[in-house]
Amino acid sequence: MSSTSGWQSATIASVKVRTPRLKSIFLRADLERHLAGQHVDVRLTADDGYQARRSYSIASAPGEALVELAIERLDDGEVSPYFHDVAEAGDAIELLGPIGGHFVWHPEDAGPLLLVAGGSGVVPLLAMLRQRAQLGAAVPALLLYSAREWGELAFADELQGYEAQDASLRIRFVTTRGPGLRPQDLTQRLDAGSLARQLAGWGRMPRAAYVCGATRFVETIADGLVRGGVDAGAIRTERYGGGAA
Amino acid sequence: MATRGFTGRRPAASNAQRLPPGQHETNDFPVLSHGPTPYVDLANWRFTLSHGPRPLASWSWDEFNALPQTRWSGDIHCVTTWSKFDTQWQGVAIDDLLAAAGVAAPTPFVLARSHDGYDTNVPFADLTAGRAMIATRFDGAPLASEHGGPARLLVPHLYFWKSAKWVEGLRFTARDEAGFWELRGYHMRGDPWREQRYTNDP
Repeated sequence: MSSTSGWQSATIASVKVRTPRLKSIFLRADLERHLAGQHVDVRLTADDGYQARRSYSIASAPGEALVELAIERLDDGEVSPYFHDVAEAGDAIELLGPIGGHFVWHPEDAGPLLLVAGGSGVVPLLAMLRQRAQLGAAVPALLLYSAREWGELAFADELQGYEAQDASLRIRFVTTRGPGLRPQDLTQRLDAGSLARQLAGWGRMPRAAYVCGATRFVETIADGLVRGGVDAGAIRTERYGGGAA
Repeated sequence: MATRGFTGRRPAASNAQRLPPGQHETNDFPVLSHGPTPYVDLANWRFTLSHGPRPLASWSWDEFNALPQTRWSGDIHCVTTWSKFDTQWQGVAIDDLLAAAGVAAPTPFVLARSHDGYDTNVPFADLTAGRAMIATRFDGAPLASEHGGPARLLVPHLYFWKSAKWVEGLRFTARDEAGFWELRGYHMRGDPWREQRYTNDP
């Protein structure tokens, strides 16, 4: 569920650029095994003792040797610019967690499973798909993953790899400004109508849905799913946006 | 232990005293909910005070809005580390609700319950003496559904997950019963000034 026994030191093992605005931070940390979808709190301390803390979703699958966070740069942020401009291998930060008992996925949960990501909202959903890939084919799953343009769809190659190996996994990328790369992908904003068409094309009614992204995106998708007949109690949401990180 | 190269952005001196530990100021009003936003029809809206399963009093939307109105202005603090200053609310104080119902608190514990099945526990001591209201207006306008409208609990001195959105009632309970987030790793009381975020925080 959540281990919050205290802050622990974690060492940055490596940093990897995912997109111009998203960096993965790989951490060596002695955390309890997490559940896909959980987050950690990160704490940074300035020389004079001033501290800032933020929550970041875990991108890595449970049980992996390194904990991966994928952090979006917010230009007016306080903490994310540190990870983009300063942090490098060997640096130490503090972590608390894993945290969260709601926006989590257990491999034994009933499907079909619907995942809808806006931008860096893909991170907790990626942990779910990574775990699913490790365990082999499970319940039917559909990922709808939206960004402005193709270059902002972090992890697209990895996700296509999972889709190629797994007949029960369907992925549709959504680009709201630039062209799509594959004929099956969408090049218009996801709304109630296009969402309903995607569900119809999939031919399944999700029994579990996870929606993560900016507030406006999550509101639109969650409303659209309810109107499309998905049980409101089956829809889990995680929103970010607003308070700059 | 300092983080190499981290300087941070300190709040202005005038605001530093208003920020609980680990919080930073935002000018937005972020939305955080565990599921879809429910849209509550005012014609069917009811607010119920109950003692366990037994109703003590219940109001329709019109009846509720005829109760004495209270205004409160001040700062709110979300466990996800944002704080928002100088928010303005209007609604019905919990003290006035009990007075209208003609009852005294039958137990020291309350579970606030919402239309979407959400609940959260708050000690009655945190709801009385003018410390909490059922809010129906924010910044002078009806409370938007994404922020909990038509009515939400407002307990501004606790982390904001305690201020249950889309609230439909307050239930007095014999024990301090954990609510939705409290069952999922979050603190039973949630005082931002003591940084009571998670279950094991002091």
